[in-house]
Amino acid sequence: MSHDEPFHHTLTIRKDLCQGCTHCMKRCPTEAIRIIGGKAHVDPERCIDCGQCMGVCPHNAIVIEQSDFQQIFQFQYRIAIIPTLLIGQFEDSITELEMIDALHAIGFTHIHYAEFGVDILKTLGNKISVYADAHPVVSSYCPAVVRLIQLRYPSLLPNVNLMRTPAQIAALYARVKLIDQGIPSQEIGVFYVTPCAAKYAQIMTPGSATSGLIQGGLNLDSVFNLMQSYFAQRPRHYKVSPTKWEIPIITGPAFLWSLTKGESAMMQGRTLSIDEVHNVIEFLELVEDERHENLDFLELRACDTGCTGGVLTPRNRFLATERIKHHAATLPKILDETHRAQILALSDKLIHNLKIDRIVAKHSLQLDQDVTVAIKKLEQVKRITAALPGIDCGLCGSPTCRALAEDIARGNASIRRCVVLKVTDPKGLNHLAKIWGEAVQKEARIPIEQQPTPEV
Amino acid sequence: MHISYQVQAGDFSNAGNVSSNIKKILKQLNFHPSLIKRIIIALYEAEVNVVAHSYGGEVVCNIAPDTVIIVVTDTGPGIPDLSLAMTEGWSTATAEVREMGFGAGMGLANIRKNADELTIDTGANQPTSITMHFSVSTEVKNEP
Repeated sequence: MSHDEPFHHTLTIRKDLCQGCTHCMKRCPTEAIRIIGGKAHVDPERCIDCGQCMGVCPHNAIVIEQSDFQQIFQFQYRIAIIPTLLIGQFEDSITELEMIDALHAIGFTHIHYAEFGVDILKTLGNKISVYADAHPVVSSYCPAVVRLIQLRYPSLLPNVNLMRTPAQIAALYARVKLIDQGIPSQEIGVFYVTPCAAKYAQIMTPGSATSGLIQGGLNLDSVFNLMQSYFAQRPRHYKVSPTKWEIPIITGPAFLWSLTKGESAMMQGRTLSIDEVHNVIEFLELVEDERHENLDFLELRACDTGCTGGVLTPRNRFLATERIKHHAATLPKILDETHRAQILALSDKLIHNLKIDRIVAKHSLQLDQDVTVAIKKLEQVKRITAALPGIDCGLCGSPTCRALAEDIARGNASIRRCVVLKVTDPKGLNHLAKIWGEAVQKEARIPIEQQPTPEV
Repeated sequence: MHISYQVQAGDFSNAGNVSSNIKKILKQLNFHPSLIKRIIIALYEAEVNVVAHSYGGEVVCNIAPDTVIIVVTDTGPGIPDLSLAMTEGWSTATAEVREMGFGAGMGLANIRKNADELTIDTGANQPTSITMHFSVSTEVKNEP
């Protein structure tokens, strides 16, 4: 990714459903949301696609971009890379074999677990190796966390592990394996079933780590719906023959990778696992100040309980986690010799493709690119903040009084938005608006739909 | 621009709040990440020194586009032997302070390592004033 190239975003606000209630704005960890004209707007420069807003929206007005499922049929060989948490979305009555049967029935020809990438890595080296220039190593598994670091903690970018994620390695392996059997690469479509907005966004960002390796992302909830429809339409007493499909191979420890502590359990040295984006932020502040000792590896995940907490997962995250752990206990601890040999036979094609490009910083939280101008704006922010009521009510459409002060200093808002001042000191407000600006010229910078959508 | 904060003696649970606040400000101003890191490491050490060894004090931060100057002053009791205090590993911290994870004797040495210029004005039974200069031009202009 070149310098400051915009992130691709998958979260969109449905203006017909949004009530402008401020829940999402208050929850957003990067203060990316403003309520303008009674509707929520997301600043694409700040959004990290963590999906927190979607989780708290009481009106289901925040949705994730959908890719057309039919796109998979452009390819003769249709590989599904599924997260192990998919099995956790079903109750025990649906077996792993039935899940695989359903995935074939809806159109896939080959199925791999994304976390099988962990077993591939472990087979290629003797341990899970990492590529990072600074200590402690920060996992790059969660794309929302990587974006958070790009945006808020650029000094920690050298700590980020540049190893491809298991899903990318599994995708690479799945493709290389078919090519090795003589199948032309262009006939192979690899599709990743994603449990969250961030992973989908990562796939869709041009030049990002997964482009080329993976042809598309499919939202887990829509794949889940297709599978459930298949189950509903199956004849009564339908039994899948145990030999009908090959069960994708994976070890127990790899099966747990996407859960909290799943990744850190396999890392060397002293490790720490932190889940939920606000917790991650709290801890990254400490890491940035070097106020921690002796830590070797940090597993950081934007969702609580890990990927089972992803916004696209239909089932309760605790129940899903329990089933995944239960299933993992039935799996082998280490990979058998046959599968090891299959991986090692392709090692030449895999081993040089395990590292991703250096990740660059984003500069969207700064008041200005020019330090001199930024200092001036900051002085202004200080003065405006002092004039604001300081109760962070959010009625102005900015998450805090301080955020409104920054919006005013940036030229994106007027102090007239402050409802409290309007009521308590209308004359003073007139005076302040004259000093700090009435006109809100730059608001067009935030993409707003020109025509208001009629209420449904 | 000019910002100042008070630092309470003995308030270990809040030691680091001033550095956190200043860090947030410096980040918004688009200073180079490694400059910010140097400033915060040095400032944190100075802040902890005020908490651990003084009767309380103040942090005054002056931010200009090319330099950041931070003056940390306390109200005493002062450092009787400055060259000894600058020695790595030498500390007057009590066992109680050390138990809380402070007092490793790296404070002043760490400040000297991270600041571009350091002046210390102190003496037995006097207030201590530490002036740290950080020059923007020291940082490599490249991206991290």
